[in-house]
Amino acid sequence: MTALEIEALSHHFGGLTALSGVSLAVAPGERLAIIGPNGAGKTTLFNLVTGILRPSAGRIRLFGQDVTRLPTHRRAQLGLARTFQITTLFPRLTVLDSVLLAVQGLDPARFALHRRRDAYGHLRERAESLLADWGLADRATQVTRQLSYGEQRQVELVLALAGAPKVLLLDEPTAGLSPAETASVAEMIRRFSRDTTILLIEHDMDVALDLVDRVAVLFQGRVLAEGSKDKIKGDPEVAAIYLGTDDA
Amino acid sequence: MSKRIAISAAVVVLVALPVVLSSYQLGLVTKMLIFGIFAMSLDLLLGYAGLPSLGHAAYFGIAAYTVGLLALRVANNFWLDFPAGLLIAGGVSALFGLFALRARGSYFLMITLALGQVLWGIAFGWRSLTGGDDGLPSVPRPRLPLPWSLTEGVPFYYFVLACFVAAIGLLTLIVSSPFGRALVGIRESERRMEVLGYDVWRYKYVAFILAGLFAGLAGNLFVYFNGFVSPSYLNILFSASALLMVILGGAGTLVGPAIGAAVIVALENVISAYMERWVLVLGVIYVLVTLFAPAGLVGLVRQRWERSRA
Repeated sequence: MTALEIEALSHHFGGLTALSGVSLAVAPGERLAIIGPNGAGKTTLFNLVTGILRPSAGRIRLFGQDVTRLPTHRRAQLGLARTFQITTLFPRLTVLDSVLLAVQGLDPARFALHRRRDAYGHLRERAESLLADWGLADRATQVTRQLSYGEQRQVELVLALAGAPKVLLLDEPTAGLSPAETASVAEMIRRFSRDTTILLIEHDMDVALDLVDRVAVLFQGRVLAEGSKDKIKGDPEVAAIYLGTDDA
Repeated sequence: MSKRIAISAAVVVLVALPVVLSSYQLGLVTKMLIFGIFAMSLDLLLGYAGLPSLGHAAYFGIAAYTVGLLALRVANNFWLDFPAGLLIAGGVSALFGLFALRARGSYFLMITLALGQVLWGIAFGWRSLTGGDDGLPSVPRPRLPLPWSLTEGVPFYYFVLACFVAAIGLLTLIVSSPFGRALVGIRESERRMEVLGYDVWRYKYVAFILAGLFAGLAGNLFVYFNGFVSPSYLNILFSASALLMVILGGAGTLVGPAIGAAVIVALENVISAYMERWVLVLGVIYVLVTLFAPAGLVGLVRQRWERSRA
């Protein structure tokens, strides 16, 4: 069974075609990089998979279940998580509060209003152990917007991991980071559970190729090439896009 | 710890007030408590869920009219009238929420305003039922199987105080529950909350109805207190005053809006004795708060407190 199956997915913004007929299949535990120049449709693809946008045509299946028409939160309940390219954290909440919200999101107690959240000890335990695991325990009581940009990207990843997702979409997790920060975020991703299926959008080819098993190249809303890292590295068309040779 | 002391002190003072205050002053405090409940109900929307409603008077007013009409025309039976006021306020907010929550930000503000004005228009125009702009006079206070009559100022004050304590207790529980924390998350980032598995619409909708219910509680108490309700308790100016109470006290703090309500009630009482341009004063207060205390009075105190510790 595939973890995520995308079948002939298309999306138009008015007259502009952002994606046309994209098909991809990702096996459980696999790590796939999606690369391509700006405007290739990478983030649109993630927005379609998470249900933030509705496709014009095509199907999306999560572990065999058709989720094409499901709202975003229902897909999250099925084990789909994502990070955003532009940080959309909870700026005025503390790091611990933010992680608590992420933990609570998939917990049966998420809708309870008759007891204080403090009464649900397991939520706090889980949040604290996540922060400890990812080296953010000493940041727990800090307000998110006071963290450095690199730390905010790390919090972003921890929020996505909080629900122990089966499929995780990472949208340029290292964008805007210094080389040192990039290395620490890459190290974090390398440590993610191998049970988690990961789709990674990444601009930095070296970072991407280092983290994944397989690569898909998106260009002008289509899958231009797909395959093993070596195959993609040797692909002349891909090289043309990235290096801008005349025969592209 | 200091919080617990402050709460105990406030409770002692509120319980002891009837001993030291004249009956006129006690009436004023009663009104502060009622408007405090109203302001806190709006804070659940504005301060926690981040929903700026400019039509919150609708639920206060419709509850007041419901209780007033039932008490005058059907039966002055507390066990019928009081729950009916809450039920109608909750029902109307459940209906209006369906429309209002389709929009966000300033559009939400405009829709809540328009829906509120619809009720105002009905109360104003349907003279045979509502008395039009003359309102409903001589609404009697309820008779309860208590040794004290609620027509007296002091027992009624304690009745309102009990309702106020219940309201602040329930609301405090709600905002610190998983549900309430989720509302804060929605205020901060709706998109993020969806991706984390939250059915954002459902949270907002329940918050909208709860806010309507607590506004209804305030409306119920007010019509008993005042013995009179008119369309002005349904209109935009009253909704805007409630917003000002929340902002003045400090949105997202519950206690702040209750304090804001007390300040506005006190100021209105003093100022309207000297001039008629009360709305002008409200406007000036709004400007001053946004300029000098954007986090409200509670925010100012917190800032001082943190500075003194640093």
